[in-house]
Amino acid sequence: MTTASRALPRSLHRTGGADWRGLLFHGLLLVSLVFSLLILFTLITDVLMRGLPVFQERGADFLTRPTSSSPARSGVAQGIFGTLMMAIFVSVVAFPLGIMTAIYLEEYAPDNRLTRLINVNIRNLAGVPSVVYGLLGLSIFVLALGPLTGGKSMIAGGLTLSALVLPIVIITSAEAIRAVPHSLREAGYGVGASRWEVTRLLVLPNAAPGILTGTVLSLSRALGETAPLLLAGAVLGGFSTGSRGLREQLFSDYTVLPVTIFDWSRRAQAEFRDLTAAAIIVLLVITLFANAVAIILRNRYERSW
Amino acid sequence: MQPGASLRRDPSLATALRGTAARHRRERVIGAVLLGAALLTVVVSALIILSLFGGAVDFIRQIDLGTLFADGWYPRRGEFDLKTLVAGSLLVTGIALLLAVPVGLLSAIYLSEYASRRVRRIVKPILEVLAGIPSVVLGFFALTFISPVFVQRLNPGTSDFNLLAAGLGVGILTIPLIASVSEDSMRAVPAALREASYGLGARRLTTSVKIVVPAATSGIVAAVILGISRAIGETMVVAVAAGGSGGAQFTVDPFHQGQTITAAMASLATGTDRVAGATSAFQSLFFLGLMLFIMTFVLNQLGDIFVRRTRQQY
Amino acid sequence: MPSTLTEPTDRVDGSGNLPTAPRTPATAGVALRMERTAAQPLAGGDADTDPAAEPAVDLRDVSVYYGSFRAVKNITFDVPPNAITSLIGPSGSGKSTLLRAVNRMNDLIPGTRFEGEVLYHGENLYAEQVDPVEVRRRIGMVFQKPNPFPKSIYDNVAFGPRINGFRGKLDEVVESSLRRAALWDEVKDKLKQSGLALSGGQQQRLCIARAIAVQPEIILMDEPASALDPRSTLQIEELMSELKKNYTIIIVTHNMQQAARASDYTVFMNMGEDRAGYIVERSRTTDIFTNPKHQMTEDYVSGRFG
Repeated sequence: MTTASRALPRSLHRTGGADWRGLLFHGLLLVSLVFSLLILFTLITDVLMRGLPVFQERGADFLTRPTSSSPARSGVAQGIFGTLMMAIFVSVVAFPLGIMTAIYLEEYAPDNRLTRLINVNIRNLAGVPSVVYGLLGLSIFVLALGPLTGGKSMIAGGLTLSALVLPIVIITSAEAIRAVPHSLREAGYGVGASRWEVTRLLVLPNAAPGILTGTVLSLSRALGETAPLLLAGAVLGGFSTGSRGLREQLFSDYTVLPVTIFDWSRRAQAEFRDLTAAAIIVLLVITLFANAVAIILRNRYERSW
Repeated sequence: MQPGASLRRDPSLATALRGTAARHRRERVIGAVLLGAALLTVVVSALIILSLFGGAVDFIRQIDLGTLFADGWYPRRGEFDLKTLVAGSLLVTGIALLLAVPVGLLSAIYLSEYASRRVRRIVKPILEVLAGIPSVVLGFFALTFISPVFVQRLNPGTSDFNLLAAGLGVGILTIPLIASVSEDSMRAVPAALREASYGLGARRLTTSVKIVVPAATSGIVAAVILGISRAIGETMVVAVAAGGSGGAQFTVDPFHQGQTITAAMASLATGTDRVAGATSAFQSLFFLGLMLFIMTFVLNQLGDIFVRRTRQQY
Repeated sequence: MPSTLTEPTDRVDGSGNLPTAPRTPATAGVALRMERTAAQPLAGGDADTDPAAEPAVDLRDVSVYYGSFRAVKNITFDVPPNAITSLIGPSGSGKSTLLRAVNRMNDLIPGTRFEGEVLYHGENLYAEQVDPVEVRRRIGMVFQKPNPFPKSIYDNVAFGPRINGFRGKLDEVVESSLRRAALWDEVKDKLKQSGLALSGGQQQRLCIARAIAVQPEIILMDEPASALDPRSTLQIEELMSELKKNYTIIIVTHNMQQAARASDYTVFMNMGEDRAGYIVERSRTTDIFTNPKHQMTEDYVSGRFG
């Protein structure tokens, strides 16, 4: 009896060094996680160290000058303008279309073959590499619709990016709409609301934060895209906008920040390396700003039903 | 009220029960507009396939098929050696996965099995930010940091542009995808399974490695497949960091310059590889696009099958 | 929409809530109904209602399918006006399905199919030209779990009148609906607060007020008190007996004491061998609980199964 009662507690003791494997594993997990954080940290410091001096030296001049073959006179004004215009295009074209499609699929679509086809199709579109969307832009928006879009123009680029983010907007919006509890819809239908009334007055207001987060995230992804716009006609290197008005610019040459970055990163002069880093800072500020907005929105409106 | 009144129809009620024509019209129009938006996505797919096939067929018609098996990929010389690009893509993808699979998987185990709620709340957004870094930026990082700091130290004398740096850059981009898909599948493993393991006195290491990971296998397989698809389709990291614009010799040496399917497309598009009159070089874009499209399509279908299997399991 | 907003009281005759008049010779219409029920003796043939009073709603040979599965089969019964009819029976006997068939809520579930007729003032609510939206404006619904909109108390109640194009004084409708739902005194000072901030019982009464605000003739309640504490349950039951002066109420309940306490008529359903729900017996509540005609009913109400 006494031996047993003494032996039992001892067997409950932690078995001292025997768990070194557990500790090692835990360490390994931490290292792998920290690795990602470290990369992010390194990338940002590296870019800041190279790029910040450009801002110190040139200040706002770097932001307001067009691209030029001489590093000292090159700036990102055209890239910023193009990127902001792309943001407007995507917001005006892809967001409404994407949200409407999501509403259709979640609230209206009957369970039939057409609906399944549309669903499968959207999932496939989301997995198509972005460079392939560039080919779509090139052959459809630049070449086939050239007479309407002006060929390698801002409109062609904007439409290409809109097609690219459309499936992502649909998928994230549909998820947000699906997360609205079914009981809310039933309550609406129960007092004699029509489908559109239920959708507009009950479902959409409650899905709005989620939809907003998804769309902003897809916007920030669109603004960082390079490859599709290289194919769809964004200009590498310098070009002159002359004295064109905004409307003419829509139908003519354009570039975006990522394309400027790509262009400069390939230049031979070492000074362009620093300019590239400075341009990356501008791009990251824009996309991280959009990301941060999305994450804050989500955390603020996250609702538990 | 008279007996049998239930059979006497009230005509105004019958009319009222039909609802107003205005509302029916509104509902119909809205439904039609929404359906139209949804059908547009099918149009987008059709246009993608149409332009890829159209261009690819033109390309095949224009060239001598023998040029698809040459010494390298030199489109302006009319040498379209496909194995150069495929080898480049596979090499870059392989390097990327060597980095991204262990890091992504271990991060997922940590997030799913070890991390407290607070740690998750901090770490997940950071992974999302990493996923949101534009690929051209990672290309620049691969060229100006990974290449000199890591690759050139490993093998002095390597050029700034090399496939290893590009592959590692692609790998960094793939980590968040692999981590999040496999974490989802690990979190889908029922708590009861873990509790049963802990109930038998198993430690966390044993539970994670022997119970959770095997139970989440299909999800992890899906993560790897989707990671491959993502890596194969990645363009800008390779276009910036692997060099090889203007063409590339066949190589499987990660310390060499090289081309992948996607990077070849980027340099064809930027005009470096295009000469006036050589339309077949331009058309080869569509052929490469079609190849890429088919490869990623098959991989995504495969990945989807495994994702669905996870969902069915529990 | 004048016909929607007329008070239900206008249509109710004075014969009282519990009809006791002797059976009058059946008119042609009623005879038709009797014949049908006679053919299916289990499906409501025991009905003991006053054939002189027009039923609030009249179900004829109703079957509901989910895909190929038949959830309820050949249900025929009528619902007396200005009374509470409860549907009781074991789980899976199709009570909720049947209830939701009355105002076509099942239409919203993909893959459901309906056979039979639901007659409302002689109109088949499932006729092709009938708009389910209009049906639900006349036959309101209160759900098992309180589901107020994530809006203010005021907007919860005003939602229905607003979408129905109500042109009168909204404040008055909101107040009178909340009063009828016995909630006014508790919320009159915080109408701008979220409906979700109320207690469970208050939320359910808010949902009742919301249903009343569109002035339906019939209110369907799907286990309205099952998620509530005993005190709130009692409040809901008291409220129901108050409401039946103006409305016809059909309630699904798992709680036999509740059916016995609160309802005037009781429909006992069971699940057949084919798993489809059918009516075993339908009668005045007092009869069902004290003098059931079927052994199965007696077994159920005495707690021997279900």
